[in-house]
This record gives sequence, structure tokens and C-alpha cells, in this order.
Amino acid sequence: MREDKRRFVLHVVEERRIKFIQLWFTDVLGIPKSFQITPAELANALDEGMIFDGSAIDGFSRIQESDVIARPDPDSFTILPNQPHVARMFCDIINLDGTPFEGCPRNVLKRTLDRTHALGLTFFVSPEIEYFYLDPTTTKPLDEGSYFDLSLSDTGSEIRKETVFALEETGIAVKYSHHEDGPSQHEIDLRATDALAMADNVITARLIISRIAANAGALATFMPKPLAGVQGSGMHLHMALFDATDNIFADPGTPDGLSAQAHYFIAGLLAHAAEITAVTNQWVNSYKRLVPGYEAPADIAWAHHNRSALVRVPVAPSTREENYQVEYRAPDPACNPYLAFAVILAAGLDGLTNKLELPRETTENLFTLPDTKRDALDIIPLPSSLEEALLRMEESTLVRETLGDHVTEWFIRNKHSEWDRYNTRISQYELARYLRVL
Amino acid sequence: MATVAVFSPRNVDRVLDFYDDTGYEFMVLGSENATLPDQVAGVIVDATTDFEQAVTLCRDIRRHRESDVVLLLLIERHQVKELALREGVIDDFAVSPFDRTELSVRLQHLLVRHGQPDEHSKIAIGPLILDTDTYQATLAGAPMDLTYMEYELLKFLASHPGKVFSRETLLSRVWGYEYYGGARTVDVHIRRLRAKLGEAYEALIQTVRSVGYKFGIPTELSSDDSP
Repeated sequence: MREDKRRFVLHVVEERRIKFIQLWFTDVLGIPKSFQITPAELANALDEGMIFDGSAIDGFSRIQESDVIARPDPDSFTILPNQPHVARMFCDIINLDGTPFEGCPRNVLKRTLDRTHALGLTFFVSPEIEYFYLDPTTTKPLDEGSYFDLSLSDTGSEIRKETVFALEETGIAVKYSHHEDGPSQHEIDLRATDALAMADNVITARLIISRIAANAGALATFMPKPLAGVQGSGMHLHMALFDATDNIFADPGTPDGLSAQAHYFIAGLLAHAAEITAVTNQWVNSYKRLVPGYEAPADIAWAHHNRSALVRVPVAPSTREENYQVEYRAPDPACNPYLAFAVILAAGLDGLTNKLELPRETTENLFTLPDTKRDALDIIPLPSSLEEALLRMEESTLVRETLGDHVTEWFIRNKHSEWDRYNTRISQYELARYLRVL
Repeated sequence: MATVAVFSPRNVDRVLDFYDDTGYEFMVLGSENATLPDQVAGVIVDATTDFEQAVTLCRDIRRHRESDVVLLLLIERHQVKELALREGVIDDFAVSPFDRTELSVRLQHLLVRHGQPDEHSKIAIGPLILDTDTYQATLAGAPMDLTYMEYELLKFLASHPGKVFSRETLLSRVWGYEYYGGARTVDVHIRRLRAKLGEAYEALIQTVRSVGYKFGIPTELSSDDSP
């Protein structure tokens, strides 16, 4: 099989006159990295991988054990849109002795997927990627449009349209795309695939979205909350688990159409939500989005229709089983999708294997609920800052087991120092608010 | 590197000189020498001095080595007509005056094609052509950009037109190994393949409700596009 795939890649490169092959991987924070090689190097890269100095990559090796190998995954070979002579492959990072490198986010996700596979299950994910188009010089929005707006002279929507074509051309199927609620805020929803392919797709989509915006003279940002007073950018994930043939979340026999397994899975998500938030929302800025009143979850709760809840079970538009999905609304598009998918899946699986009990559905609007009522309903908030999220993550066995010691420790160290750096800065807000009055 | 045998009653050095820089191993063959060593993958037979003797040698070689050796015949212009009805005996020929580059390209092509187990390396069905040697797919003449699994899935379906396959069968026959996607991956790939076939041709892959998928040429496509 590997030999067939190798020949496939070599032949396509030859026949389609590919001049450069980019080998992609991400660091622990999900920032894409790439080598570029020529076709002459390709056979060697496929056979042996490319050795590089891992200590140069955030979260990879320490100096004394620095060399690792990037081995391209021929399954991911794709010719890039608008650059007909360039193709890319995602890489797995391996140690010099051929074992999977523990700092590689793709390996982390693969480990969790292997565990899922051992249970006879497949994890499917469909993300809704939100982002803003800004003017690169002023960093102001390009327009004042709003949710689902259809207007003829909308630069952002033009750029988005071109982006959707490019995504489709790359083999990333788009379910739909539209103008989001904020000015110049857009959303592109991808059709579900298995989680590994989807994590690769999210990385690719972010790059394509940014590149096409740049070509059109705009800046695309996935920063979770770029504008105060306007809703932030999330990456809601619609998830389903399939056994050999069926979506195990669907059970047409129950009142809400959801199976007991779906309930266990949601219970697992809720039980571990606080611990995994540092991974699904990994930046200082992520927590400025997770506040009440802006369509983003701030509390650990679930509901069928309630958009203020962390876990939502959307109304299935028809009885087709793939519509029975669980939506997790905390993640933002600036997360590392490999790690985020891994911890979310691990949380759900824990609920499933230990048959955790699902708490009561929250039908109240959480954004306007008074604190006393909240306490009475036993509603716990999500971590409200990166620091709080890190403290919760440090206590978590589930996260440590899922990410492995190497990634967990590096992540916590790196993020604590990011928090400390942030905390020692004096913001414009503080100066304006305090300087003259205190 | 393949070994190539050369038979030339008068000019063996000249023939060897033509292939000087090709990198193949060469051995010289006598006219009685129809049993070839196993490592020989190709034979160049010079028929310019004695056409009948050369063809007899080719036949003898064929008798021992049915199809796993390639035969290139070197002939004079006036001998071309003699080749009629002898197409089963040789694989290719070159006409004097010989061109050094042409001779080595012809030999190379024969050996490369010979190295592939499947002689029928093209699947052509309706507007779709799949070259199984080079993994190229063309649709109505335009190349398609496919991933490996998309290509394999399309090839599998197109090799069994009209036959319905369940997702599980496709998964085990096409993917055939532990894959993170599970049976739903088939749907994802089918959807992507249809998108790449485009509106005009997406009907080549048909959904058979609650069973699976099949490859078929709808009547409106078969009428004007069949090869």
C-alpha cells in the first residue's frame, strides 16, 4: 500500500509538472511549518523523510536531543489551488529510531483516534470557521454588514466566494458560507470528514483563507476577539461517532432522537469541559470571547436549542442520521485542531465508556440568568481566563493522558509564561481609565 | 538494471555503440542462442543482413520466453512490408538509417512498459480515462486532480461498471487497511469525487439507496462521449 501511494505521488508530480512540494506540519500551538523540496528530492523524502532540527520548533525537542524526521503522509498529497506547480503533503514527525515523536500534534490526535478505533468507532467532525476581514493598515473591518447579509458591493463576501472555490478545488468540501454577525465577520462551514483529515483541512483552510485575503489586499484574522463590543470568532464543532455503519448518536425511538450514547458523550464533554478549555481556547484573547452576551458559551451547560449553552444538540432538519450531531461551542479558530479534537474526543469517550450521567438540560437564557438562579441550578462557569484554564488543565489526568507528558508539560510552561507576559503589560484601557483619576 | 541481449551477424559493435550511454547491461547473442539467461529483459535483433534468420531467431526466443521479454527488430526501409502478420513476434522495430536517440528511447519504452504487470494499462469508460501506469485521470480530455484514495476509489468503481458496492465493501476493497475514517469515509470521498467530476459528469457515480454506490454511464452521456 505504502509503495503504491509512493508511486502515485511520484507519477502525479511527474505528469502534472509539479515543481515544488511543500511538506507541512504544525508546532504544538498549531502554527503551520513547511519545508519546500523539489521533485528530485521527493523519492528520498517519501522513503526516509527529512531530518531537521526539532529544537527550532515551538514545543518540539530540547537542544540535546534535537534531530527529528518529518515523514510525508502520501494520503494527504494535494495540488494547491491557484499555484498549479505546487503540491503539499502533511508530515508525521518521527524520532530517528522511527518511533512516533511525542511532541507531534498529529501523532497526539492519531493516538486518540487509535483508541476510538479500538472501540469500533470513528469520529467525524464538521467545523464552522469564523474570522474577520480587516484592512491591513488600519486593522478596521472592511464593511458594516451583518448576519446573512446579501449585498452586491461587499468586498469581504467577494473574497469569501473566491476562498470557497479554492477550498473546494483543494478537496475541502464547504457546506455553506455566509456573512457573520459582526462587521466583516465571515463564516465557512466545512463538511464532516474523519477527525485526522479534518484537522489537516482546518490548517489548510486557515492558510487558504489568509492567502486569498492577502491577494485581495485584506487581512484575514482568526483572533478570537479582535473587536470589543462585537461577537468574537469561534469554531463550533459538530461531531458524530459512527460504528461500522451507523451514527451511534441517533436513536429515532427516543423523544429527542438522541441515543443513550449521545447522552453519555455529552456528559463526558461537560464533565471535562473546564480541563480541556486551555487547549480548545489557548490564547489570552480567547477568554475575551467566552463572556456572556455574545453568542459564545460562558457556562458549562447543554441544551437542544439554546445558543448560550456550551453543548448544543441542533435541531435535525430531517431524520437522516448524519444530522444527529453534538455541537461543542467553546473552541475558537486559533486553536491547534489536532490537540483540540484529541481532548474533546477523549472527554466524550470518557463519558461514553464510564456511562456518565447527563445533567439536566438548561433551557434558561444563560446570558441573562441572575447569579442566584445560576447557583440554584448548579451551573458552573467555564474558566474565565487563560490562567484559570491552565490551573484546571494541570489537575487533569484526562488531558495529560491524551496529550502525553511531553506536550502537556511544554504547553503548560509556554502558556503560563504567555499569561505572565500579558499580565505585566499596562493596557490602553487601564491608562485611559485610571491615569487621570487615580 | 536490466540486461539486454544483442544479435547482429555483421555489426554487433556498431549496435552496441548505439547504446553506449544507456546504462543497460549488454550481452552478445549468437544465432543458435535462442535460450536466454533469466536476467535478460530485452533483445535487439539486427535483421538488416538476413531478415529471415532474424525472424526465426525471434520466433525461437518467443517459444522459450512467451511474453516476459521484449524484442526490438532493426530493419531496412524495404523490409517494413515483411513485418505484416508478424506483429506477434516482435514488440517494436526501428528502420535504418538508425538514430542513436531513437533507438535508446524505443528500448527504454519497451522495457518500462514491460516492467508493468498489467498490459491493459488504460481504463476508458465514457468520457473518463484512467491510466493505471501513471495514475492519471482525464475527464473529457481534461486532467483531474485527485488524491490517491480518490483515484483508487474511482478506478475501482470504473473497473466494475454497473456493479453496486456497499460502503463496507468499498472500504475493504479500496482502502483495505485500518483507516481512521471508517465506512463514512466512503461517503466523504464519493462526495468529493462527484464535485471533481463536476455537474456535467457527477452522474457517473450513482447512489443506490440504502445499498451503496455504482459507476454507470447515464444515457445522456453515453450517446456522444463513448470512445
